Amino acid sequence: MLATIGRRLLTVIPTLIGVVIVTFLLTRVLPGDPAVYFAGPAATPQSIADIRKGLGLDRPLPEQFARYVNDLAHGNFGNSLSTGRPVATEITSRLPASAELTFLGLILSLVIAVPLGILAAVKQGSWIDHTCRVVATAGVSLPVFFTGLLLVYIFYYQLGWAPAPIGRLDAFATAPPNYTGFYLIDSLVTGNFETFRAALSQLILPAVTLAVFSLAPIARMTRASMLAVLASEFIRTARASGLDTRTVIITYAFRNAMLPVVTTLGMVFSFLLGANVLVEKVFAWPGIGSYAVEALLQSDFAPVQGFVLTMAVMYVVLNLLIDILYGVIDPRVRLEG
Amino acid sequence: MSDVTDKVPLSHDGAALPLLDVRNLTVEFATRRGTVRAVKNIDITLAKGETLGIVGESGSGKSVTSYAVMRILDRAGSIAEGSVMFSNLDLRAASETDMRDLRGREMSMIFQSPRLALNPIRKIGHQIEDVLLQHAQADSGSVSDKAIEVLESVRIARPRERYHAYPFELSGGMCQRVVIALALACRPQLLIADEPTTGLDVTTQKAVMDLVVELTRERAMSTILITHDLGLAAAYCDRVVVMEKGNVIETANSSTIFKQPGHAYTRKLMRATPRPGISLRDLLPDEDAARAGPILNKTAAAGETPLLTVENLVKEYPRKGVATSIKKMFGTTPVPESDVFRAVDGISFQIGRGESVGLVGESGCGKSTTSMMLMRLIDKTSGTIMFDGEDIGAIPAKDFATLPQRKRIQMVFQDPTDSLNPRFTAARAIADPLLRLSKIGRGELRSKCEELATQVGLPLEFLDRFPHQLSGGQKARVGIARAIALKPDLIVLDEPTAALDVSVQAVVLNLLQDLKDSLGMSYLFVSHDLNVVRLLCDRVIVMKAGQIVEQGPTERVMDAPQADYTRDLLAAIPHPPI
Repeated sequence: MLATIGRRLLTVIPTLIGVVIVTFLLTRVLPGDPAVYFAGPAATPQSIADIRKGLGLDRPLPEQFARYVNDLAHGNFGNSLSTGRPVATEITSRLPASAELTFLGLILSLVIAVPLGILAAVKQGSWIDHTCRVVATAGVSLPVFFTGLLLVYIFYYQLGWAPAPIGRLDAFATAPPNYTGFYLIDSLVTGNFETFRAALSQLILPAVTLAVFSLAPIARMTRASMLAVLASEFIRTARASGLDTRTVIITYAFRNAMLPVVTTLGMVFSFLLGANVLVEKVFAWPGIGSYAVEALLQSDFAPVQGFVLTMAVMYVVLNLLIDILYGVIDPRVRLEG
Repeated sequence: MSDVTDKVPLSHDGAALPLLDVRNLTVEFATRRGTVRAVKNIDITLAKGETLGIVGESGSGKSVTSYAVMRILDRAGSIAEGSVMFSNLDLRAASETDMRDLRGREMSMIFQSPRLALNPIRKIGHQIEDVLLQHAQADSGSVSDKAIEVLESVRIARPRERYHAYPFELSGGMCQRVVIALALACRPQLLIADEPTTGLDVTTQKAVMDLVVELTRERAMSTILITHDLGLAAAYCDRVVVMEKGNVIETANSSTIFKQPGHAYTRKLMRATPRPGISLRDLLPDEDAARAGPILNKTAAAGETPLLTVENLVKEYPRKGVATSIKKMFGTTPVPESDVFRAVDGISFQIGRGESVGLVGESGCGKSTTSMMLMRLIDKTSGTIMFDGEDIGAIPAKDFATLPQRKRIQMVFQDPTDSLNPRFTAARAIADPLLRLSKIGRGELRSKCEELATQVGLPLEFLDRFPHQLSGGQKARVGIARAIALKPDLIVLDEPTAALDVSVQAVVLNLLQDLKDSLGMSYLFVSHDLNVVRLLCDRVIVMKAGQIVEQGPTERVMDAPQADYTRDLLAAIPHPPI
């Protein structure tokens, strides 16, 4: 098992090298000249040239690249031009915000979608199956900003049940000490239930928004995969041996149906992490997605590079985890390693 | 269970009650094209301790009958009429909970394709435990010992280790033993075996059947053996029921059914079953045999140079393992001798022009690897393959597909369904090699396809159908037409009739023989069915563990085998009481 993981890690290296090269080149070919942007409207050619020189943009590309790699090796992601703060600190403070939101959204989605998918497959053609189809289709066809705004309108503006969508905590609560960066966990660890409640109440609406969106792929995949497995011959054997329905469906069918679901889960997660920009905008969430978009609009390439690189690493780690999970679920995968 | 065996339930008039009494059973399936009656008003009785064979071809309703008895029909199927009495219990009226208790404990089933019948990602020991725990045959403390005991009872060597094995780590025969263990774990009274040995080698088939018979006899169980193989049924059963299209057409003792088959269909089925001492034409009904005329049988003239000469052919595969794959990743150190597996271990043989050679052996003996190398689909490790004076073994397999030699060696595959592109019509499938390897014009293509279809006896109106709209026999014909489209000199036939019903197999075998004679082709016929090889082949090669143990003229090898292994293979064929 360890050998498999080790070998799998080795294959990650070329991927990461590729990502570093691509992000570097990509930010250089982006339209807009950062030097011009930062020199301001009253800039003279001389001042633009100075700024360009200060940023190192007058150097040949290979040299810029060498310096970029050298910086990366020292954990230096560069400084944001617009805020002046180091990208690395920005990302480490914003990533947990996005991750916490995405995790909670995904867990919510899983808790609803997987049982729904299983039930839809077991009772194919019943009202549960149709409900599953309708919920999934509706969830995926509503744009996230719309769902988000709708939820805010109903639960904050009309009913007043939810707090104002103004970030991770309301103005009166204090942020818990930073252990994991996840407010829910940090506040629980320190026994600060007041903060926990405040953080949770801020999280619920955006997390539900994400869950509604990610419900569809998970539920549909669970259903399809369960249907395929339920039709297979070992299910017939299990039934012919008189095993009870629960064992047949959970131990025999669902465990076999889990592989495609896990794959989908990985895809949905990485997709959500980057693509929840709109949710972050609607709920004023200080996440990594909104950070990257703002930087992109200002041709501020260091944060963009940092963002893409972080996402790539996350994606690689996630895929590794999924591969390991495959091995845990399916002994045949373990052997091939 | 002892009280059950002692006190046989009696009916009102005092006669012993049958264990299973199926009366007037009708099973219907709801399909898109309306209701289909898969089983029509059948009666079957099974006495205690009796072994009953249900024989029929695909679509005869034999499996559906057993599913109805177990009440495991799928959603679309339902029992429309009739009664199923198990001892004195009405199974049709029993609740689902009662049925669940009966299944596995009082009546159980073993299935075709044992590997698929087991949960692929659960240890076999745990699968047996599931059944034992479900039927309260053991508590959680003793269950693993009990499971090992059950594995031992089906003669699985080293059961303590095998307990932790997954199905993919076991051979097909071993998996079937596990399926039997599952079925017999709770000592049921009735065992239904649905094609339990289809897809297994003859020797494994014999071992599995002998085990089933021994265990069921020992436990005074009743058995229903569902099979398409009349010989197997007659050899192992007390009585045989013959089914056709949902009807029971004949019930007889197996000792008499071969001597005096009562129904015309039974006679047809018996005729079509390959057996020693007959010719290919004898498989067909009289009128078809008369129409086909005598077999021309142009065998290779002596002295002529052989079409194919194989010398010292070897194929090695690296053994799978962490050590070798790491070595492969880092550097070029040659793989040590012990790390390679010789699938084909230095074999030499010849195939003459117009000759048909049978290649037989059990699964894993290297016969498929050999045929793949001859087809130039995989590269050999060493040795030569001389085809008509040219060493085609030297041509890399990846280049062979576009060379003119490709036209001269073609193949007919085992599974007629899987070997056809589901999105190609029959005509398109037949035309495929013509389009790729010949310079045929668009205009002639259709007429050429029609000519080929006529040659293989495929009615022309089927040419525009897709594979799923064709029967097994028709698909086999499409596969053969595709193989002969380029007028090859050699056709490799990889178990071309293994997936077909016997009556269809009889027709296809005759077709193959006639095509060979009229087109002057040579065949390499890969099979594990020795009776079929005996009918079709001039010479036989017997392989075991990558080596040839015996080769020679078919009659000599079959009637006076020299090697022990050949004798074992021949002895394992079920011999019906004739």
